[in-house]
Amino acid sequence: MKKLSSSDSSTQNPSILPIKSGAEIIVATLIEQGVETMFGYPGGVALPLFDKLYDAPINFIIPRHEQGGCHMADGFARASGKTGVILTTSGPGACNLVTGLATAMMDSVPMVALTAQVRTDLIGNDAFQEADTTGITRPVTKHNMIIKDIKDLQRSIREAFYIASTGRPGPVLIDIPVDIEVAKYPLQPLEEISLPGYKPQEKGHHRQIKMAAEMINKSERPVLYAGGGVITDNASEELREFAKKANLPVTMTLLGLGCFDQREPHSLDMLGMHGTAYANFAVQECDLMIAVGARFDDRVTGKLKTFAPNAKFIHIDIDPSSISKNINVNIPVVGSAKYTLGELTKEVEFKERKAWFDKIADWKKRYPLRYDAKSTNIKPQYVIEQICEATKSEAIIVTGVGQHQMWTAQFYKHIKPRHFITSGGLGTMGYGLPAAIGAQIAMPGATVIDIDGDSSFNMTMNELCTAVQYELPIKVCIINNGHMGMVRQWQQLFYGKRYSKSSLRNPEFAAVAQAFGAVGITVDKKSEVKSAIAKMLAEKRPCLVDFKVEREENVWPMVATGKSLHEMDGLDIFDSMA
Amino acid sequence: MKHIISTLVQNKPGVLAHVAGMFAARAFNIDSLAVGRTDDPMLSRMTIVVIGDDKVVEQVRKQLAKIIDVVKIQDFSGKEVIARDLMLMNVCTPPEKRAEVLALVEMFKAKVVDIGQKFVMVEFSASEDKIESFIDACRPYGIKNMVRTGTVAMARLSQATGGEE
Repeated sequence: MKKLSSSDSSTQNPSILPIKSGAEIIVATLIEQGVETMFGYPGGVALPLFDKLYDAPINFIIPRHEQGGCHMADGFARASGKTGVILTTSGPGACNLVTGLATAMMDSVPMVALTAQVRTDLIGNDAFQEADTTGITRPVTKHNMIIKDIKDLQRSIREAFYIASTGRPGPVLIDIPVDIEVAKYPLQPLEEISLPGYKPQEKGHHRQIKMAAEMINKSERPVLYAGGGVITDNASEELREFAKKANLPVTMTLLGLGCFDQREPHSLDMLGMHGTAYANFAVQECDLMIAVGARFDDRVTGKLKTFAPNAKFIHIDIDPSSISKNINVNIPVVGSAKYTLGELTKEVEFKERKAWFDKIADWKKRYPLRYDAKSTNIKPQYVIEQICEATKSEAIIVTGVGQHQMWTAQFYKHIKPRHFITSGGLGTMGYGLPAAIGAQIAMPGATVIDIDGDSSFNMTMNELCTAVQYELPIKVCIINNGHMGMVRQWQQLFYGKRYSKSSLRNPEFAAVAQAFGAVGITVDKKSEVKSAIAKMLAEKRPCLVDFKVEREENVWPMVATGKSLHEMDGLDIFDSMA
Repeated sequence: MKHIISTLVQNKPGVLAHVAGMFAARAFNIDSLAVGRTDDPMLSRMTIVVIGDDKVVEQVRKQLAKIIDVVKIQDFSGKEVIARDLMLMNVCTPPEKRAEVLALVEMFKAKVVDIGQKFVMVEFSASEDKIESFIDACRPYGIKNMVRTGTVAMARLSQATGGEE
């Protein structure tokens, strides 16, 4: 239970509470919940609410498509740690949120979606722009509800913000029929939220933490495996302290990147399908794996049966259902990353583990990430390295999904939490541009760069217009290989180079950018890469750079589906480039 | 293996859809599902019979607990429980067989609730395997139709219930 305010509702006389319309109650409650910025698109049954937003003190961003708006709210939430808010009309407006909600759900992003609905008495009658929004979105939200009585409206909005932002965060949707928007009811004072079926356990059990510490202190070859939960819970500092005190090598999931400074010698960088060889070898040979805010996703584990075959497992997670779902865990600790890591740090001891760290150093020396740096073509990895160098790893990097996403994970040195924003769980192409817009709105002073693929960018590029309208200085770097690169890579490796439907005719992206009112630059020579990046970073307007990179480059190393983590392909290719 | 899971849920629209949808989305196997009001008008009870090994049932429990409107979960696996199904069945009773059928009803401690020219309707509340035996016993006479509620269960008060979340 969460105390929201010191005001005691029993002392309030209900008769003096101001009577407001549902729409006014919604706006007042959003402001009360600290909403300063929200995203949304108007439509028929949402109009009473939009009327009250006309002069509300809320910065309102209109995307070009509701899906874009939903990813903007998501990018806003990931960059700032605040709850993202999206508002749409009924039917098509609500349906267009589905991909964005599913993206946020998979990656545990706090979000509140408000959707308008047809009049209560029309529900179920196939009315104009009617859709069963709660039915459609139930599997892709942490919780959803439809308001059928104005009495429930204000409490439900407060509950939505509470549920979205606590425990394992996620999107919560509230469906509001138009007659509820116009009905009248007194504005309610803040009161305690009481949800008998929802009590997230923040504090890990002390006995479990003690047992975990003992196991860590005994371990000769431990690996700390950190996921997105560390960033969500703002526990990067605690993670660093813990890893330092116990002397542990740290590997990160895609969503965990940034929670541990990759310049530190203890960083093993990313593990999994396109992880580093040294991370994957360390996992396969470790005697203890300490998972924090991670969920043993199939892209991380490869073949489950042979994943970390000699290891015992400690799993720290706020979500009990993530524990022992894929891997049988020896010591489960249900609790927040921040609290549990803090407590664990008190209990662990420093241990030198020289043989283990020597072995890791040897792997790092033998199998660094490589690409053909001498090539005269523009290599995608080269572009990303140059962006990293020019921004000194300080930019907020957002991506689409595919090869460029993996290269950005690999070749950009991630040093800070909330500075790498990507759709990990759902793998939503088209996420990059709108999420970058959301991140830029959350962090107006930051350099925000969407490193995108040509095919990903094609999916949501209309949002460039949104960036121009709101004068956002976002940068878009298209790693343009003229293919759906990852699809093409799989077809090359597993389907005998039958490139079935995996290349599209692209527009001249720079010209498109210019038509939208942004700056557009095309780069087709390696010698122009650095100067184009410098020009882009100096630009105050939205700026797109179209890098025409080598068309058939592959992401290495790669653990093919069904293989164990140590059975990586591509290490011989690395050797040939050494 | 069958496991009986008893859950208290908020008595709100959409909760049944949420629970049923979660089972479908996560490919859990429901054997039966019985929903009814409780003595508290705010709460309903769902009794769910799930097929799966211990690992599956553990996930079922955890995923149920994640649903905001699910208030409490009891897993009855390995516990002393009273479990009952309710069945109504129309059995064919040609005049020469009627006495035999009635004897069966008597033997199983079932109840005749309606008598027609060619059928009797039997009400039977018992454990699942007893119901199955009764159905097998009636089959030779011809079963016109039947309806079952799915299992409801309660832990014996004389036993520690356990398994609560």
